[in-house]
Amino acid sequence: MKTNPPAIEAFNLTKIYGHGNTEVVAMNHVSLRVERGEVVALLGPSGAGKSTLLTALGLINPPTSGRIEFSGTLVLEADHPQVDLRSFRRKHLGFVFQKANLIPFLTAVENIQIAMEINDIPPRTARRRALELLDYLGVAPRAGNRPDALSGGQQQRVAVARALANQPSLILADEPTAALDSHRGRQVMELFRKVAHEQGAGVIVVTHDHRALDVFDRILEMEDGQIRSESRVPARPKEFPAQN
Amino acid sequence: MNLAAKDIRHNLARFALTTFGIGLLLMIVMGMAGIYRGLVAEAVLLVDKIGADLWLVQGSTRGPFAEISRVPANLEDRARAVPGVASARRFVSHTVQRERHGRPLRIVVQGLAWPEDQGNWVPLVAGRPLRQAHYEMIADRTLGLALGEKVQLGKDVYQVVGLTKGMLGSGGDGLAFFTVSDALAIQFDVPGEATRLERQARHARGEAQDLGRVQPLLLERSLGPATTLPAFTPPQVSAVMVTLQPGADAAKVAATFATWYDVTVYSTQQQIELLLSGMVDKSRRQIGLFSVLLMIISTIIIALIIYTLTLDKIHDIALLKLIGARNSVIVGLILHEALLIGALAYGLAWWLGQFAFPKFPRLVLIETPDLIALAGIVLGISILASLLGIGKALRIEPNKVLS
Repeated sequence: MKTNPPAIEAFNLTKIYGHGNTEVVAMNHVSLRVERGEVVALLGPSGAGKSTLLTALGLINPPTSGRIEFSGTLVLEADHPQVDLRSFRRKHLGFVFQKANLIPFLTAVENIQIAMEINDIPPRTARRRALELLDYLGVAPRAGNRPDALSGGQQQRVAVARALANQPSLILADEPTAALDSHRGRQVMELFRKVAHEQGAGVIVVTHDHRALDVFDRILEMEDGQIRSESRVPARPKEFPAQN
Repeated sequence: MNLAAKDIRHNLARFALTTFGIGLLLMIVMGMAGIYRGLVAEAVLLVDKIGADLWLVQGSTRGPFAEISRVPANLEDRARAVPGVASARRFVSHTVQRERHGRPLRIVVQGLAWPEDQGNWVPLVAGRPLRQAHYEMIADRTLGLALGEKVQLGKDVYQVVGLTKGMLGSGGDGLAFFTVSDALAIQFDVPGEATRLERQARHARGEAQDLGRVQPLLLERSLGPATTLPAFTPPQVSAVMVTLQPGADAAKVAATFATWYDVTVYSTQQQIELLLSGMVDKSRRQIGLFSVLLMIISTIIIALIIYTLTLDKIHDIALLKLIGARNSVIVGLILHEALLIGALAYGLAWWLGQFAFPKFPRLVLIETPDLIALAGIVLGISILASLLGIGKALRIEPNKVLS
C-alpha cells in the first residue's frame, strides 16, 4: 500500500561551526521525520541545538553533512542545494519566530499579501486570501493596522497567517510564544494545531513552554546537539473553538 | 504591491526632507545650465537682432564686442560704394555706469545711425522708436527706467520714449538705444576744464607742426570744438555694419572688404563665434565644472540616503529573503526609492526654478534639451546612487532575521 510522503525527513544532520581548536558541534547526526498534519514540539535547554536544527530544516543555515527531503524530494545534501532554496522556501515553507518580525511599513493584511505576491499570486487574489486568513485567525478587524498598532498576540497571529499564506507543507516556529502571556501563548499553540490538522501542514515548534505541550502530537527533546528522547502525546479532539 | 511606496509613506518626513534637499541641489544644477544658456543668449542677442550681414572693424582686431575697435565714421560711406552693399550703418556701443537713487546704474549705450536707423527693428514692449536726432532713448526694462522718465547722462538729459524686454549686453547689463551722435556725446563727455586743456594742448601741437604754420585757419580752429577739425580728429565709431542687397554674394563682398588694409571684416556668424569662443568659453567651462561637482554631490547624498534607508531595512530585507523573495523584489524596493527621490527632486527643482530663476540678476534660460539631458543625468545618478544600497541588500543573509 502506498503511503503519503512525510512533510519533511532529515537524515544524519550535523552542523559544525569553526574548525580546529574553535570547532563546535552544534548538531550531531540528527534524523527526523514529520508527517503532514503533525505538530511536533522541540524542547531542550539553551545551546541544545534546537535553533540550529530549525534553521537547517528551514533551508537557511545548511548543515555540514546529512540530507533533507521534502515530500520525498531531496532538497539539500550537506551544504549542496539540490533546488533553488529561496524559491523552495517561498513555495513550501512557513516561518514563525519569537518576535513576529512583521514588516513595519506594511499593514497586517499587506504583510500576508506580500508573501503571496512574491509567490506570483496576483495582488487581488493575494489580498482576498490574506483577508480570509486574518479572519480565520481572528484578527480581521485589525487588517488595516500597521504592526506598531497591534498587540503582541495580534502580531503573532498575523505572523502565523503569513506563514500559512502560500499553503506550505511545513511550518517552522522558533519560540513563537516567548513574548506572549500564557493565555495568548496557548492560543497561538492551539492555532498551530488547528492549521496543521485542517490544512495538512507539518509543524515543528521550538518551545520552552511546558504548559502547552498537550497541544502537540509528538515531543522531541534535544540536548548537546542530539535528539535524546521522543514521546507521543495522547490523541485529543481535532476541533477547536474560534480564536479571539 | 510597491514596497518602495509603502516604505516611503512610512518614513514620509525623512523622505520629504531628503527630496527637498536634493531638489534644491538639482535646482542649482538646472540654474547653472540656465545661466550658461543665458550668458550665450545675452552675448549674441545684439549681434543676432541688429540684422547686419557683415561687420567692418578696426584692422587686425576682433572688435567691437570681443575687444575695442575704432574705425572712422566715414568708413560707412566707403562701404556703401562696394557693389552688393545695400546699406552701411555706424555702430557705437559702450558701457557707462551712473548713480541713480543711490544705486549704480549700468547702461550699455547703443548708437543708432540716425536718421537711417531709428530703432524700428528694436522689439518694443511699450512706447515708440526714436523720432528726433537728440535727447531721446529707448531703454530696456532691466534698467528700471519708466516710459517718459528723464535721465541725465553727461551734460544732456534724455527722455525714455520706448521700452524693451530682455535686450541685454554680453555683460548682462540693460541696453539703451540713442542716436550715434548722442551715444558719442555720452561716451566722450569730459569736464569743461579737461576740454579747455585739450584745446590748448592741441593748439600748441598745431604751432609746432608745418600744417599749423601753413594753415593759420586750422590753427585758429584748434582752439574750438573738435568736430570742426575733421582733418585732425575724424569722429570714431566702434564698427560699421553692412547690410547686403538681396541675392548679393556675401563671400564676394567680404572678399572685397578684406582687401582694405585698415579694416577687418567679419560675418555675423563669425562675430557670434568670436563672442562665444572668447567671452563665454571660460564661463561655460567654469559653470560646467561647478555643475559636475554639484551632480557628484547630489549622487553622494542620494547614495548615502538610500544606503541609510537600506540599513534601516536590513531586518525586513532579511525577512523577505527568508520567505523567498527574489532578488528583483529587493532590488526593486531600493531602486524604486532612489528613482522616486530623483524624479520628485527633479520635479521640485523645475517647479522651484519657475519662481526663483526670474529673480536672478542675470538671465537664466532653461531650454527643453537641457531639461531632458538633466532628467537623463538624474536617472543615471539615481541608479548609480542605489548601487551601494543594492550591494548591501544582496549581501544580507536571510538568517539575519533570527538575530
